[in-house]
Order: sequence, then structure tokens, then C-alpha cells
Amino acid sequence: MVVRVLNLNQMLRLTAGRVGCLLSRRAVVGMTNSGARMSSHSHHEVSDQVDMSQPMYWDRLDTPLPDRAWIDVLDSKDKSLKQKEKGPWTALSKEEKIALYRLKFNHTYPEMKKPSHEWKTVIGGMFIFFGITGLVVFWQGHYVYPPQPHTFGEEWQAKQIQRMLDMRVNPIEGFSAKWDYKNKQWK
Amino acid sequence: MSLAKPAMRGLLGKRLRFHLPIAFALPLVAAAAFKYGVTEPRKQAYANFYKQYDTTAEFNNIREAGVFESVRPTGK
Repeated sequence: MVVRVLNLNQMLRLTAGRVGCLLSRRAVVGMTNSGARMSSHSHHEVSDQVDMSQPMYWDRLDTPLPDRAWIDVLDSKDKSLKQKEKGPWTALSKEEKIALYRLKFNHTYPEMKKPSHEWKTVIGGMFIFFGITGLVVFWQGHYVYPPQPHTFGEEWQAKQIQRMLDMRVNPIEGFSAKWDYKNKQWK
Repeated sequence: MSLAKPAMRGLLGKRLRFHLPIAFALPLVAAAAFKYGVTEPRKQAYANFYKQYDTTAEFNNIREAGVFESVRPTGK
């Protein structure tokens, strides 16, 4: 079963509840509880459901040829064009070829790949949550944390450093290597 | 509206001919850089340190600082 991949914007529009004419062909499956048709209690969502047992159309970069054409209910002009398509294609004009393409496909690849403004929403939402988290962390530091251990104090830290130098911690390439024992200062 | 026919074959070979030499050369370069940038200087640093290391004098210095538990500083 093919499930349509929805981007953030489409998901937001669908959860709004109203399915406009632009979205009428798109699957609502992602929003329902099961893959099957729901007929009972969720009439507040959408009125017409897509029949997933029929061939579907999709615009996907990785699967170029969908199960059905974009427009499959043809008026008489389209029908005659489709008849002409059955003949030699060299007889088709450029406009007719483009019209046939547009009958078969909704978006071209460049149209599918067109960049959206979604990243601004994503980055903005990220920063909002960073800010909220920062406030939470600040409140926590003030109201939740216990007092610091006494070993964090300035005096204790100085005595600790002196003891490390006395013990010759890492005297070749590390800590004590940076101390000048003759002149009693950092190198 | 006639484009050139795209390459239909040899795509993997082309990719490998480009990427494999790099894949072999870069780790070798990285290993050589690490050997001569890190390990050789480190070995030299250790050699130099121990060349002029007076064990007894250092022992007495540490003893006087009072960090040993087996010997007290002289004078106690």
C-alpha cells in the first residue's frame, strides 16, 4: 500500500480539518487511526476519503511514474488530444506535447524540487524551544540545585593545584610539565 | 530539443576510479601526519625528560612537599 509522504506544511493544513479542492486527491490516511476507511465517529475530520484500493497519483522525486495519470477524467478536447497521441508523435506541436505532459503529471521535477519557506518555521520553532529550555534551566539552577561542594571554593582549589604540582602530576607533557619548579611560576 | 544520451554504463567503475585512490591516500596521509605530528614528538619529549631526570633529587623534593605517606619530610 502506498502512503503519501506529507511535509510539515501539508500536515498542518490537513489537521486543520478542512480539505480544499487542491488537496482533494491527496490521501488522508496519515491522519486516520487505521489504513482502512473510517465511516463511524470521525465525521468532524473530512467528508470524502481517498479509496486506497484504487491506483493513486503521487509527486515523488524517487518514484517518477505514478500508478495513474494526474487528470483521468478528460473533457472532449483532452480526449481528442489523447487520440492524436496514439499517432506519430512528430505530428504533435510543442504546446500539445506540454498539454499531454500536464494531463499526465501535476508537478514537473523543478516544481517538485522548488524550495519552500519551511526551514524558517523549523529554525524558529527550534529557537523558541531553546529559549523555553533556557528559562527552565535557569529556574532549576536557582531553585532546585543544592549548594556546591566545599571542594569548589577558591582556597580549596588553590590547595588542590599545589598538591597536584607536589605529586608531579603528568610531569612530561601535561600538568606539571607547564610549571617552572625553579622559579615557582607557570612557564 | 535533442540532448546528448546520458552515460548508461560504467557508472560504478567511474566512481570507484575516482574515490578509491582517495580512499587509500587519505588514511595513509592521516596516519603519517599523526605519526610525525604526535607520536614522534611525544617519544622525543619522554626521551628528553628522562635523559636529565635525577631520581633521588626528585624523590627528596616530593618528600619535602609532604605528599608521601611512607616517608615524612626530613625534620619530623
